[in-house]
Amino acid sequence: MTPTESLFITLTVNGEAVSREVAARLSLADFLREELRLTGTHLGCEHGVCGACTVLMDNEPVRACLMLAVQARGRSVTTVEGLTPPAGGLTPLQAAFQRRHAVQCGFCTPGMLMSATALLAGNPDPTAEHVRDALSSNICRCTGYVQIVEAVMEAAAEART
Amino acid sequence: MKAPPFAYAAPVTIEGALALLAAHEDAKVLAGGQSLMPALNLRLAAPSVLVDINDIPELSEVSVTPAGLRLGALVRHSRIGSDPLIAGAVPLLGLAYPHIAHGAIRTRGTIGGSLAHADPSAEWPAVCLVCDAVMELRGPGGGREVPADAFSLGVFTTAIGAGELLVAIRFPAWPASRRAGFSEVARRKGDFAMVGAAVTVDLGAHGVCTAARIVLFGASDRPIRRHAAEARLCGRVPDAALLREVASVATEGLDPSSDLHASAEYRRRVAPVMVRRALAYALSLPEAARAA
Ligand SMILES: Cc1cc2nc3c(=O)[nH]c(=O)nc-3n(C[C@H](O)[C@H](O)[C@H](O)COP(=O)(O)OP(=O)(O)OC[C@H]3O[C@@H](n4cnc5c(N)ncnc54)[C@H](O)[C@@H]3O)c2cc1C
Ligand code: FES
Ligand code: FES
Repeated sequence: MTPTESLFITLTVNGEAVSREVAARLSLADFLREELRLTGTHLGCEHGVCGACTVLMDNEPVRACLMLAVQARGRSVTTVEGLTPPAGGLTPLQAAFQRRHAVQCGFCTPGMLMSATALLAGNPDPTAEHVRDALSSNICRCTGYVQIVEAVMEAAAEART
Repeated sequence: MKAPPFAYAAPVTIEGALALLAAHEDAKVLAGGQSLMPALNLRLAAPSVLVDINDIPELSEVSVTPAGLRLGALVRHSRIGSDPLIAGAVPLLGLAYPHIAHGAIRTRGTIGGSLAHADPSAEWPAVCLVCDAVMELRGPGGGREVPADAFSLGVFTTAIGAGELLVAIRFPAWPASRRAGFSEVARRKGDFAMVGAAVTVDLGAHGVCTAARIVLFGASDRPIRRHAAEARLCGRVPDAALLREVASVATEGLDPSSDLHASAEYRRRVAPVMVRRALAYALSLPEAARAA
């Protein structure tokens, strides 16, 4: 096996098959943003700390800045753009973020939504403590987190009724 | 920042990975990438070749036998936290897990990567030292085994030699009478520990301690066992006063470093509290709930 500086990869992004020749050094985040123009995935720190780049890979949250695009070959990636329901509009979680003013500048919001989406998929009835624990992986410089936790709790309660 | 250029290969067998490591002198192994990718992005590392071991199924195997637990090096943090078989076999793994990073990092990060990276504040190397785990290495000259107490050699330094791969970690069987405790203090939830303690205590008849293991991490250039403190516990029935005494013995002569995260003074001050809390948790003694 000879190591190569670029690879041809095929993966699924937001439900659609995508094939591209990419440089080995390209991060998944830069692939999404620059190759696919899915700029909803934000880059804050590029070393795993802020969570703005969080996406789902095979339904699990991952840091898109800490994965190579080539490592996503054969996988299914969901970005914040992929949350949009087929008929358009917002998911209940996104609507709750809007209602609860869980967004100020919005920089952290895609990562918050992806981390919270992953949480609710595995735990539809979280306590505020669970929500805080899950979102401890995401940094927000604006809101102070209270409304974000409230929004996730509200979306969870709504989904159960 | 962005990673520097490198060539990439993803072998599907251990032999394939070893051949690549042998052929490319400055090649680096890519496991979960949760320490290596930050280093690449920050340009602290610039290997010419990355050998991605994520496609080698053998490295993700988990087995529990009467001899104990064997974890492939590529077993992810999230699996250790979610598979009851694993924490059932070695309860200390389950106690340490919630302190390691966050969901989106645990889904990728691996126990082998954490051990190979050898951050002195990391949880898994301390747990391995407490448990007498054995590291299985494979290299160009075949396989060898390194006990945990000879594995961590200093900050970011281990016994893994050039061209070698850590393939699995073996934990000896956990006796029914063994209790475990874990305590750490970090700046924020999920951060590396400023200082922490991992312990086990074996209790015999009448609650007499028959064996104890006390390990401090974040307090030196590697996790360290505190033999004198362990000896102080043995042969006695632990109570709150004894834990206080043991904690102070455990931290005698400690020479931690100062860094961005904490001063040496702070680490020295908090270390005995961590030992006390971990022991109190293990023994279900009230000290656990008390504020430092
Ligand atoms: C925001 C953040 C917070 C974190 N918090 C914590 C924490 O609180 N506690 C903690 O312990 N860790 C923490 N981590 C680090 C995380 O646990 C990493 O997953 C771990 O340190 C490295 O494992 P990895 O599988 O990601 O290895 P990689 O990053 O892929 O590799 C790390 C190093 O080990 C080498 N290596 C990896 N696997 C092998 C192998 N099988 N054989 C030989 N060499 C190998 C690599 O070449 C590299 O040098 C954090 C990381 C981030 C980004
Ligand atoms: S940009 Fe990936 S975690 Fe900050
Ligand atoms: S809304 Fe500005 S960073 Fe969170």
